[in-house]
Amino acid sequence: MTLFLLKRIAIGLVTLLVASMIVFSVMEILPGDPARLMLGMNATPEALDALREQMGLNAPVVERYISWAGGMLTGDFGRSFTYRAPVIDLIAERAVVSVPLALIALTLSTAIAIPVGIFAAARRGKLGDTVSMGTAQIGVAIPNFWFALLLIYVFAVWLRLVPAGGFPGWSGGVWPGLKALILPSIALALPQAAILARVTRSAMLEVLGEDYIRTARAKGMPRRKVLWRHALRNAMIPVLTILGLQFAFLLAGTIIIENVFYIPGLGRLVFQAITQRDLIVVEGVIMLLVASVILVNILVDVAYALVDPRLRARS
Amino acid sequence: MKFIVPVLAAAAIALASGTALAQPRTDLVLGVVLEPPHLDPTAGAAAAIDEIVYANVFEGLTRIGPSGEVLPALSESWEISDDGLTYTFKLHEGVTFHDGAPFTSADVVFSLDRARAEDSTNAQKGLFAAIESVEATDPATVTVTLSRPQGGFLYNMGWGDAVIVSEASAGTNTENPVGTGPFRFESWARGSSIVLVKNPDYWGDEVALERAEFRIIPDAAAAVPAMLSGDIQAFPMFPPDAYEQVQGDPRFEVVIGSTEGETLLSMNNGREPFDNVEVRRAISYAVNRDEVIAGASNGLGTPIGSHFSPANAAYVDLTGTYPYDPERAKELLAEAGLADGFSATIKLPPPPYARQGGEIIAAQLRQVGINLEIQPVEWADWLSTVFTDKDYDLTIISHTEPNDIDIYSRPDYYFDYQNPAFNEVIAELDVTADEAQRNELYGQAQEILAEDAPVVFLFQLPKVGVWDAKLEGLWENMPVQANDLTKVHWTE
Repeated sequence: MTLFLLKRIAIGLVTLLVASMIVFSVMEILPGDPARLMLGMNATPEALDALREQMGLNAPVVERYISWAGGMLTGDFGRSFTYRAPVIDLIAERAVVSVPLALIALTLSTAIAIPVGIFAAARRGKLGDTVSMGTAQIGVAIPNFWFALLLIYVFAVWLRLVPAGGFPGWSGGVWPGLKALILPSIALALPQAAILARVTRSAMLEVLGEDYIRTARAKGMPRRKVLWRHALRNAMIPVLTILGLQFAFLLAGTIIIENVFYIPGLGRLVFQAITQRDLIVVEGVIMLLVASVILVNILVDVAYALVDPRLRARS
Repeated sequence: MKFIVPVLAAAAIALASGTALAQPRTDLVLGVVLEPPHLDPTAGAAAAIDEIVYANVFEGLTRIGPSGEVLPALSESWEISDDGLTYTFKLHEGVTFHDGAPFTSADVVFSLDRARAEDSTNAQKGLFAAIESVEATDPATVTVTLSRPQGGFLYNMGWGDAVIVSEASAGTNTENPVGTGPFRFESWARGSSIVLVKNPDYWGDEVALERAEFRIIPDAAAAVPAMLSGDIQAFPMFPPDAYEQVQGDPRFEVVIGSTEGETLLSMNNGREPFDNVEVRRAISYAVNRDEVIAGASNGLGTPIGSHFSPANAAYVDLTGTYPYDPERAKELLAEAGLADGFSATIKLPPPPYARQGGEIIAAQLRQVGINLEIQPVEWADWLSTVFTDKDYDLTIISHTEPNDIDIYSRPDYYFDYQNPAFNEVIAELDVTADEAQRNELYGQAQEILAEDAPVVFLFQLPKVGVWDAKLEGLWENMPVQANDLTKVHWTE
C-alpha cells in the first residue's frame, strides 16, 4: 500500500511538471498583450512599454518560465497583472466559496443518486425503475443554467426565501454564507445526481447478474442484505470514478452557475483572467486545479483499494 | 388633568419617531456588469474603474457633468492667458484626502507630473501631452503652462485619468483608493462587491447616501431577477437584451439614454479593395442601418452618419449621406471593377452588438455580391491582431472615448485612413479654444468623414438604465463612463 501510494505520488509530480510546461506555453502562444488590455485603445507606446517592464514581460520566455515555476515551488504564485494583488490571495478568496460549494453539491448529489440508483436496480423493469430513471433522464437533459434560473424565480423572486444571487462572505456568520450557496448547490447537484444515479443503477445491475450474488441468494441470504453488502460494495468502483471526476468539475467547471448566481468562485476567476490575459493568475489557478485533480485521483485510487481487497493485494 | 401632560409627551415622542421612520433610506445597491481590475483610474483604461470611483472617490481639477459639460471640481475657478498657453487654477481650500492628509497645490503638481512622466502607465497619456510645466504658485494656486494652445485642455483635466491623487497613497490606490471625493472606499470583496461610504469631512455639498454598494453581476439573465427580488435597486448600465423584461414594471424606472460610443463597421483603408473610396461608399450604401440597429441594439441605438455623438452641441446630422440603396452599391462596385463582388473577412469581438450586428451586415452585403467570412474573436485577440497589427478587413466596434473624432488623424491607427485635409482640421481644432469656432471645425471634420466613408457609421451605443422608481439623481446619459452618486437620493 505504501509503495502503491508512493508510485501514485511520483506519477502525480511528473504530471504537474508536464502540466506546468503546457499551461505556460499555451498562455504564451495565445494572442493578446496584457499591457494593451490594461491600458486600452488610447495608450501611448511608451506607457505600454513601461507597463510591460513593470509586469516583467520584457524578459525572455525561458527566464520567465523558470522564475515562475521556481516561485511556485517555494509557494510564491506571483502577483496578478490586472488585480495587482498576490495570486495566492486571489485563489484563497475564491476557494472559500468554491470548495464549500463543491462539497455541498457533491454530498447532495451522492445522497440523492446512490439510493435512487440502488432502488432502480433492485426494481429493474418495474414502475419504480421507469419513473426514477425517466426523471434522471430529464435531469441529464435539462441545462443547468436554465434550472438555476427556475430556482431563482421560484425561491428568490416569488417566495423571497433566499437572495437571488451574490455571496456575502463568511465574515457575517456561517448561515448567511450557506444561505447564498443553497440554490447554487442544488442547481449543481441535481444534474450530477442524475448522471450518478444512472451509473449506480447500471453498475448495480451488472453486479447483480454475477454468480456470487446468485450463490449468496441460494444460501438463503436476505435480498436486502445481498443488495447492500455484496452488490453495492462491488458496484462502487465505477461510482467512485465518476465521483472523482465530478468533484474536479465542481471545483472550477461551474462558471455558468457562478455567473447566473454571481458568486465569486474559482471558475469565474480563471475565466476573467483568461479574457484579461492575466497569465500569472491563469497559470496559478490551473496548476492548483491540476494538483487537486491529481490528489482526488490518488484518493479515489485509495478508495478503490479500500472497497476492493484484490487491488490492495496486487499492489 | 395632570396626567394629560405625560400622555401628550408620549404622543409627541411617538410622532417624532414616526417621522424618523419615514425618513428616506440612505443605502443603495447598484449592479455593474464588469468588475474593475483595480481601483486606480490613473493606471488603467478599464471603464469599470471609473464606473466606481469617478466623482465619488476621486476628483480632478475639473469634472465632466451629466450633459458632458466641464464643471469646476477641486479647482473652484481658473484663468486662461490671452495666448491660451497659461492656465492658472485657483484651488478649493480646506480640502483633505480620505486619509486625513491636506490637499494642496503640491498634490496637483505631483499628480500631473506623475501622469506625464516617462515611466508613466497612464492609459490616456495623450491628455497631458501639451503640458510643458506645472508649478505651485502658492498652496492654493497652480499654474500650468502649455507648449501649444489646446482647446480641450479643461475637458481633458476632467477625465478620470487626470484625477488628483496624494503622493502618500498613489502607490496603493489600486487596492485602497484614497481621494478627496464625497465617498470613501470601504471594502472590496473581489468577484462580489465594492462598498463606498459617505465621507463626513467632504469639502463640497453633502451627499444623501450613507452607503453605496456596487455588486458585480456579469450575466444578463441574472440581472433581471436581481432587480425583481429587490436585492439591487439600480442597474445604470443594464444589459440591453434584457430591458424589456422590466420595462412594464411600475416599480422601476427604465431610462434609455446615450453614451459616447460610436459603433462602427471599421474597414482596413490600407488594404484592397477598401483603399478605394468608391468601394467604401458602396458598402455604406449596402448597409441597412435601421436593420442593424433593430437587431444589434434592440432598436435602441441612435443612427449616426459620422463620428460624433448626437448629444453634443457640435453634432451635424449626416445620416442621410448614404441611404440604404443596394442598387447604387452594385453600380459603384461595378465602376470600381468589382461587378462580380468579392470576398473578405469580418472579425467580431465579444460584445453582443458586434456579434449580432456582424451577422446582419454579412447578410446585407451578400445582397450586393460581397461575401463575408465571419470570424468571432476574443477581446484580447481583437486588440492585438486587429487594433495593433491591423490584420483585418472589416470589424465592428464601439469607440467609447468621448470627443474622439481625432482618432482618424492618428498616424498608424487601425483604420489606416489618411487624409491631409482632415488632419489639418484636427490640427486647427487642437489650438482653438473659442467654442463657436471649435464647433464649426468639428462640423467640418464630421462632413469630411461622412464624405470619405473611412468606416460605415452605424449607431450611438445606447445606455439602458434601470432603477427603483423611488430613486432620483442617476445619470440618464453617459458622457463619460461614470456612476456619479453625488446627487443620488431616495424620495421616500
